[in-house]
Amino acid sequence: MNPTLPAPSSAVSDRVRPLPPMSSSLMTKRRVSNNVMKGLCGLATILAIIPLFLVLYYVTIQGIKVMNPAFFTEVQRPAGDPGGGFKHAIVGTLMMVGLASCIGLPVGILGGIYLSEFGQNRFGFIVRFATDVLNGIPSIIIGVFVYSIAVLPVSRATREWNDPITFSAWAGGLALGIMMIPTVMRTTEEIVRLVPQSLREGALALGDTRWHSTLKIVLGAAKGGVITGVLLAIARIAGETAPLLFTAADSLYMNLNPSKQTASLPVRIYLSATSPDDHWNALAWGGAFVLVAMILILSLLARYATRARNV
Amino acid sequence: MLVSTKPNSTQTEQPVAEITPDAQSVTSSERAVNQSVAISARANANSVPTNAVTKMTAAGVNLHYGPKHALKNVSATFPEKTITALIGPSGCGKSTFLRCLNRMNDLIDGCKITGDIQLDEENIYARGVDVVQLRQRVGMVFQKPNPFPMTIWDNVAYGPRLRGIKNKNLLAEIVQESLEGAALWNEVKDDLKKSALGLSGGQQQRLCIARALATKPEVVLMDEPCSALDPISTLKIEELMRELRSQYTIIIVTHNMQQAARCSDKTAFFLLGELVEMDSSSKMFTDPSDKRTEDYITGRFG
Repeated sequence: MNPTLPAPSSAVSDRVRPLPPMSSSLMTKRRVSNNVMKGLCGLATILAIIPLFLVLYYVTIQGIKVMNPAFFTEVQRPAGDPGGGFKHAIVGTLMMVGLASCIGLPVGILGGIYLSEFGQNRFGFIVRFATDVLNGIPSIIIGVFVYSIAVLPVSRATREWNDPITFSAWAGGLALGIMMIPTVMRTTEEIVRLVPQSLREGALALGDTRWHSTLKIVLGAAKGGVITGVLLAIARIAGETAPLLFTAADSLYMNLNPSKQTASLPVRIYLSATSPDDHWNALAWGGAFVLVAMILILSLLARYATRARNV
Repeated sequence: MLVSTKPNSTQTEQPVAEITPDAQSVTSSERAVNQSVAISARANANSVPTNAVTKMTAAGVNLHYGPKHALKNVSATFPEKTITALIGPSGCGKSTFLRCLNRMNDLIDGCKITGDIQLDEENIYARGVDVVQLRQRVGMVFQKPNPFPMTIWDNVAYGPRLRGIKNKNLLAEIVQESLEGAALWNEVKDDLKKSALGLSGGQQQRLCIARALATKPEVVLMDEPCSALDPISTLKIEELMRELRSQYTIIIVTHNMQQAARCSDKTAFFLLGELVEMDSSSKMFTDPSDKRTEDYITGRFG
């Protein structure tokens, strides 16, 4: 009826020519190569997880030997004296991770929101690039940096000529916090960007302000992913040794004052494991076990948080 | 007949009694007259009342999106408490125009709007206009249902809470009223504390309508509200629109011309960023003045 529509042409069916049948040798070859590649992928996967399980296995076997209430309630005793525990190191790590979170989380999350919601410009590009660079900086460099801005100046300003350098949990927390920022920021950005535009528009169309809708709707929808990023960042910094060497340093005593030098699990593990005392070495395994367990639990929590988001 | 509406007046009972036998004698002819009146009334309902108050007007609206001239000198008026349909092929600017009416295009970078859009004779693009307040007066329902990832109750209460309403009882009233207004109350009244994401697509869209109604808007903009829905949900939303018509000014973008013909009082046809023709729907779909409108609604293109 419609003159503008071309009539279905018979030329089309003339042009369809059947393909020659596939040879059986080709089919065999494809099946074999498919199975070989599948096998190689499986093998690589197994190779990748073998070290993980070996480490977990060995740390557990060695660490469980010193697991007793004293490990969590006592500080280390002098070398040669059996007993004692890592209480000071566990508390120090928790304290510094807490301080680091106070610095890293607000900056990381708000920065991530900025990059995602408003960062489609030159400034955003620079920030994104700088964050990636910061993520790649060796942790010991961050430790030295914090030493130069938060440890040395404080020491120069406060100490008498023969006082020790004033290492502090503040400085340790700052170093760890700086390390957290890139991880938290980039995961937050990625997750917040995944929130559909229609949700933002829906909230704005109800007369919401940009800030309130971002906080309530966008961050609410991205909650699971942001929590995952935060937990992974915490898990990462909880095991860092290098940034603490020059900042919080080490201690053999229980300390709750963040202005003093403070023990932490990684540093305590390092020093105890390299000491000549056998019992200290055993305690170091215990510390390693506790640290791995903490990080594993955090990772599982992160998994759980993402799952809750998908339901 | 008119006097019979005052039954408490004893004096007027007499003439009624006198008329009654008269009326009985002409039953058949009277019924015919009544029928024709009913028919013409139905026809009138589909046309625009001439004395309607104008709710929104657009005058000479031009919109540039980067180098693209998306709206070309569009002028339109939207009478109060009517349904106006915006039709046209994809990319003709009808959604863009709709989004101008509550300044949703403000969010898009590189979008420049000139011209004059008025709500109750106030320019909504004037300096000092609070966009937040404007959007509470001009609500919007989107193409795809976009319930927030929270409970049904919280979704509907979101708008009122923005206005600072904290009283639980008042909020509960508003939530029920809005859900009833969106014909969803009976389906969800026992599940108000469940996630809105568990609802079906049609229910989600009605939830979004309820959410828009909860801020008591004067104008409701609908951007292809049925395009992601099945025919039954579409029918429900159309029925809903006709009910809402008595209280709200509704402007709807639709790709479905039957829908425009069925539901709207007024229709505007957009083509390539221009408003080609705007008239009562009955005239637009039976006797359009522009050739392009006729070509489009008869399915010759688009």
